[in-house]
Amino acid sequence: MNNRIKHQEEKDNPTKSEISRRDFFGLIWKSLGVLVGIEVLGSITAFFYSAKNKSTTVAKQLLEAGPVSSFGMNSVTAFMGGRFYLARLQDGGFIALSLRCTHLGCAISWEEKRKRFICPCHSSAFDINGEVLNPPAARALDYYPVMIENGIVKVDIGNLKERNTFNKEQLTYAQ
Amino acid sequence: MHNVLLHIHPAKVSEASLRFNRTFGLGGMAALLIVIQIVTGILLRFYYVPSPADAYNSIIFLKSQVIFGQFIRNTHHWSGVFLLLIAFLHFLRVFLTGAYRDARKINWLFGLVLLLLIVFSNFTGYLLPWDQLAYWAITVGTTIISYLPLAGNGLRTMIIGGKELNAGTLQTFFNFHTAVLPFLLLVLVLYHFWRVRKAGGVLIPETDEKAEMVPVMPNLVFREFIVALVLLAVVLIFSALVNAPLHEKANPAYSMNPTKAPWYFAGVQELLMHFHPFFAAFIIPAGVMVFLAWIPFIRSGDKPTRHWFFSEKGKQSSKATALFAVVITVAGILFNQYVLNFEIAMPKIPALVSNGIIPLVILLFLMAIYYWIYIKRLRLSRSELVQVLFVFLIVAFIVLTIAGIFFRGKDMELTFPWRV
Ligand code: HEM
Ligand code: HEM
Ligand code: FES
Repeated sequence: MNNRIKHQEEKDNPTKSEISRRDFFGLIWKSLGVLVGIEVLGSITAFFYSAKNKSTTVAKQLLEAGPVSSFGMNSVTAFMGGRFYLARLQDGGFIALSLRCTHLGCAISWEEKRKRFICPCHSSAFDINGEVLNPPAARALDYYPVMIENGIVKVDIGNLKERNTFNKEQLTYAQ
Repeated sequence: MHNVLLHIHPAKVSEASLRFNRTFGLGGMAALLIVIQIVTGILLRFYYVPSPADAYNSIIFLKSQVIFGQFIRNTHHWSGVFLLLIAFLHFLRVFLTGAYRDARKINWLFGLVLLLLIVFSNFTGYLLPWDQLAYWAITVGTTIISYLPLAGNGLRTMIIGGKELNAGTLQTFFNFHTAVLPFLLLVLVLYHFWRVRKAGGVLIPETDEKAEMVPVMPNLVFREFIVALVLLAVVLIFSALVNAPLHEKANPAYSMNPTKAPWYFAGVQELLMHFHPFFAAFIIPAGVMVFLAWIPFIRSGDKPTRHWFFSEKGKQSSKATALFAVVITVAGILFNQYVLNFEIAMPKIPALVSNGIIPLVILLFLMAIYYWIYIKRLRLSRSELVQVLFVFLIVAFIVLTIAGIFFRGKDMELTFPWRV
């Protein structure tokens, strides 16, 4: 009831309707402002994302490590260019371990004497499977899939795999 | 120059605000250091090349072939260190004189943002030389991000543009370091100044409220000039005597031993030696930041005294808490290192619990005991209690930082500073 009367008054009273017109334009300006804001944000996002998405095609990047016979049992060979260690376990299985420590990403090194990987940053240690021997690292070392074709060991260095623990399925055997 | 100086100041200021031990001129010093960073940074840009192949060589060239090249680099390096230290001290002075309330609330918040911007400036600058120190410090520093729950890994990949530091990372850091961050800093510092003025100048004790108003020129301007000259002299002499470090060129296949985070993150790094990363790098720092931002909005009910440490009781409780913080932090580090490593002692339990929740609960429990035995009996006001917590956090942080910088040597084992 009251509202209707007020409304009537506003119509009759030119100064009041002046204000509501101003309000109306204010609203338009504000909406335009918001619209411009959204456009600018959208453009910036598009600007940053368009190029990023193009470069993320994961092509197979095979690195030839060498003939199977050149890797002894229970041995570790460093491939610094590919950023991995190729380990051949006691039973002949291959695994290519990333040299990034799973704690905070330092480069681990292989200690032949004690048969373990150690990290210089916070002294995590890993065994030849990449399994954690000593914290603070909590996950086993990441690895790259290994393929063996015609007796040649190849490592897919474009395809880093994360894991929590070691299991046999991560190994590759020569036929 | 004259006009500019007079423009950012009011015509008159209270004589009480001029006393050096009120502000120690710290805010002004920080402003001057930012100007030094911008000037020397722009000079460095004339020689620096932001690509992994050339960055290191461009710094070698700068050092060995360019007249004053080494000196300019040193000045940029050391004044970056001083800037962070001075801004930190300014932040302490603002808190401990209670200058974060009422009209100064917003400035406290923007101050925190400034502090973060300075940390980010230092962090992005650290990568630029692309030497071993830079490469591994930034690798460790950014990997911490991947421990954030859910989005961590994605966020890290987005920030560094891949799984490892690469050319894109360097480009991004360079852009932030020499364009985005300086621009934001400049804008926010000016806003900060305007806010100080809007709040009626710096906070002065109520006992001094009747102090005479004196013209800024020469009273304030001359004092600022003297502080500026002394600071400039200290920075330049330091830079002439001590070279900024530069190691071998970055080698992604080989980490130095030890690899340390940049010095201002040494405290977080030390925390990482004792807590699961989720707690050390996320829960604890985020909790502290939230607390700091929340401080001006905690309803206190007591009248601000505007004196250092509020009151005699405030001073006494702060001293005792500082001592408590030193003892418990040092003891905690030694205990965890030599007596009991929770993670090794409890291999069956997830590290998040054994090395996160359990030590944190123990720590909170010890703090609670300290509160019940000592603090509670003092009957402190709400603001004084907030101050006690603040002092505890800051002192613990400082102890952790010192431990990380000076007492961690090869294999990150604890040693003495002369063996680091
Ligand atoms: C708050 C401001 C700034 C801080 C705290 C800061 C800090 C730093 C730090 C810590 C480094 C590494 C130096 C070293 O390793 O010795 C650095 C390098 C660098 N900064 Fe800045 N900086 C700031 C502003 C600027 C600005 C405004 C520019 C340019 C417009 C700039 C350009 C550079 C360049 C080109 C380098 C690489 C040269 C070198 O490493 O010596 N900086 N900065
Ligand atoms: C780039 C860094 C900074 C610069 C250049 C700066 C500059 C200044 C200056 C010149 C003043 C006048 C009084 C004085 O010198 O103490 C001031 C006051 C103030 N600053 Fe900062 N500041 C910075 C960072 C911070 C930080 C990190 C905080 C806290 C989180 C902060 C909070 C305040 C507050 C609350 C005041 C008012 C103090 C009062 O009224 O007594 N500022 N700042
Ligand atoms: S990065 Fe390897 S132990 Fe921390």
